[in-house]
Amino acid sequence: MGMFECFDPREGKILSLLDESGTLHAPPEGFPLLGDEQALTAYRTMVMARAVDEWALSLNRQGRMPTYALNEGQEANSTGALMALRPDDWFVPAFRELGGMLLRGLTLSQYYLYWYGNEEGSKLPPETFAMMPIAVPVGSHMVHAVGIAWAERYKGTDRVTVTFMGEGATSEGDFHEACNLAGVWKAGVIFYVQNNHWAISLPWEKQSASPTVAEKAFGYGFEGVRIDGNDIFAVYAAVKLAAERARRGEGPTLIEGLTYRLGAHTTSDDPSRYRKEEDVKRWRQRDPIIRLERFLLDREILTGEDMRTIRDECVTWARESFEVVERTEDPTLEDTFRYLYRDMPPILQEQLARRKR
Amino acid sequence: MKVLTLLEAVTDGLRSEMAADQSVVVFGQDVGVEGGVFRATAGLQKDFGESRCFDTPLVESGIVGAAIGMAVAGLRPVVEIQFCGFALSAFNQIANHAARIRNRTRGAMTAPLVIRTPYGGGIRAPEHHSESIEALFGHTPGLKVVVPSTPHDAKGLLISAIRDPDPVIFLEPARAYRAIRQQVPEQSYALEIGKAKVEAPGDDLTLVSYGAQMIEARQARAALAAEGRSVELIDLRTIYPFDAGTVVESVRKTGRLLVVHEGPQSFGVASELIATALDKAFDALLAPPARLTGPDVIVPLPRGERHYLISAEQVIAEARKVLAYEP
Repeated sequence: MGMFECFDPREGKILSLLDESGTLHAPPEGFPLLGDEQALTAYRTMVMARAVDEWALSLNRQGRMPTYALNEGQEANSTGALMALRPDDWFVPAFRELGGMLLRGLTLSQYYLYWYGNEEGSKLPPETFAMMPIAVPVGSHMVHAVGIAWAERYKGTDRVTVTFMGEGATSEGDFHEACNLAGVWKAGVIFYVQNNHWAISLPWEKQSASPTVAEKAFGYGFEGVRIDGNDIFAVYAAVKLAAERARRGEGPTLIEGLTYRLGAHTTSDDPSRYRKEEDVKRWRQRDPIIRLERFLLDREILTGEDMRTIRDECVTWARESFEVVERTEDPTLEDTFRYLYRDMPPILQEQLARRKR
Repeated sequence: MKVLTLLEAVTDGLRSEMAADQSVVVFGQDVGVEGGVFRATAGLQKDFGESRCFDTPLVESGIVGAAIGMAVAGLRPVVEIQFCGFALSAFNQIANHAARIRNRTRGAMTAPLVIRTPYGGGIRAPEHHSESIEALFGHTPGLKVVVPSTPHDAKGLLISAIRDPDPVIFLEPARAYRAIRQQVPEQSYALEIGKAKVEAPGDDLTLVSYGAQMIEARQARAALAAEGRSVELIDLRTIYPFDAGTVVESVRKTGRLLVVHEGPQSFGVASELIATALDKAFDALLAPPARLTGPDVIVPLPRGERHYLISAEQVIAEARKVLAYEP
């Protein structure tokens, strides 16, 4: 039995530490606890992510931003996970991991630049970020994480890899291939599934007949655990434990973070067509930011005034960052050709020359 | 020098790069203990250890996907897909990720991996074992596609493919694996990707082919020579980026072009080469450029495969037509 034996998802167990009222419950023995300073960092990151989303949505409605995928309601998942990892651990995101990306040092203007429609937004030197770019084909990137983890072990490092996906991605064949390979190779990978209950319009019940995502792990020979993904403390603890395990060479872990996509799938989607507002309201009570605010207020780590200041700073930062994006030059014709190969082959040189005429 | 089959030359190329570069790792289905269903990786696990050459479960997409991750993390993975028909299970990884990661990240990341896979008919195999799908890969921006036809080229091109900074699809002509033996240098050598080879000079007709189809092309050239016709035979060797210069230069000299390949006709390599010849050597043409290719049909199972494959006699007959054309 493993470290999550007291949270077997097949018995309906869910790891939860910070409840909706902001009360922190003592974790089981040996489970790491996010410190006050870290909780503050997490809070700033999540508020930042929320402000970035809200401004992006507004920009989209103003016609200044193309289709944008929101993180609203899910911020604790990638924020807590990246706080539990070392800066050199690999991060293989899907596309709702803004908190984690900000913690990795991605500038907001670069993040916005990607959604604005410029490939420069995904220019991520591995030695700086150890982070893969956003993967649009849903569920196809987890196998990359398994390969990265294999490579790090081959190179003799103890870097681990976390990869994120939604619950919808677990229906894709590559999810199975990734889990199967990771199990066979005992790869140092953490599969973090953000179960936000909706894959565009499809609810989990129609996505899979499995009661949980987490229990799928056992079929691949490793542990799976269900956690409250809106609880930054639970996310931190689970990922920290999974990372330690991976670092010791004990293989992969699947973490199912129960969360909820409060907003639309993207700015092009209208969720009122397929889900009830009452459900959304219920999940708004479980907002990861609100409960962390309650905790920080209770502990007198922050005052209401501090929080307003933080929020205002984030809003200003979001707006200023997007102004930088709007001033950024569009890619050139040459850029469109330059990055297909290290050395542009003659056939592409010729096609480029023709386009220039 | 040593005399090797094309298959042995592939093994020799792998061995050579594995010895030279610790970042080269070889994996796929049955490549480790068994040494591959064709034996292309025979002895590699024994000589380099299980961390350098190993078996995977049946996961084509996972093999290529994991190779992408390894390549991004600094390794040089060389994977084997048992037959090219099964590479389609990995096509999402190949076309949507391997081919795009450099462009997607504006050069910050690359996926320098090699996907080796046997292709082509004439080996009396079940369905999905005999296709020629080079055009699919050639039509996918971001990939390089290489097809050797001789042991010497197989070793030199494979070494180049492994050293290449971008993903390379390395299509091995299964029918030619053991059909040809040739002197191959013992030492390591790299042949430039993107360069065709004028295998034999001639003045009357440019005959272009690649892979296993070169066997019939060579026979046709010899037969036509006996009739006093001088055929310049070009082995294309790289499907993408293809060597337009060598083909065009030859067509400018001969004025006549015939392209022969096993893969289906429509939107195929021959069509591309002929369009290039029309574009760049129109004024030098003495006859309409011709193509002799597989038809746009599913490759038949062994009992009907003769209806699909192109014989030397068919190449000769088509060449005679192009040679006989008078404007």
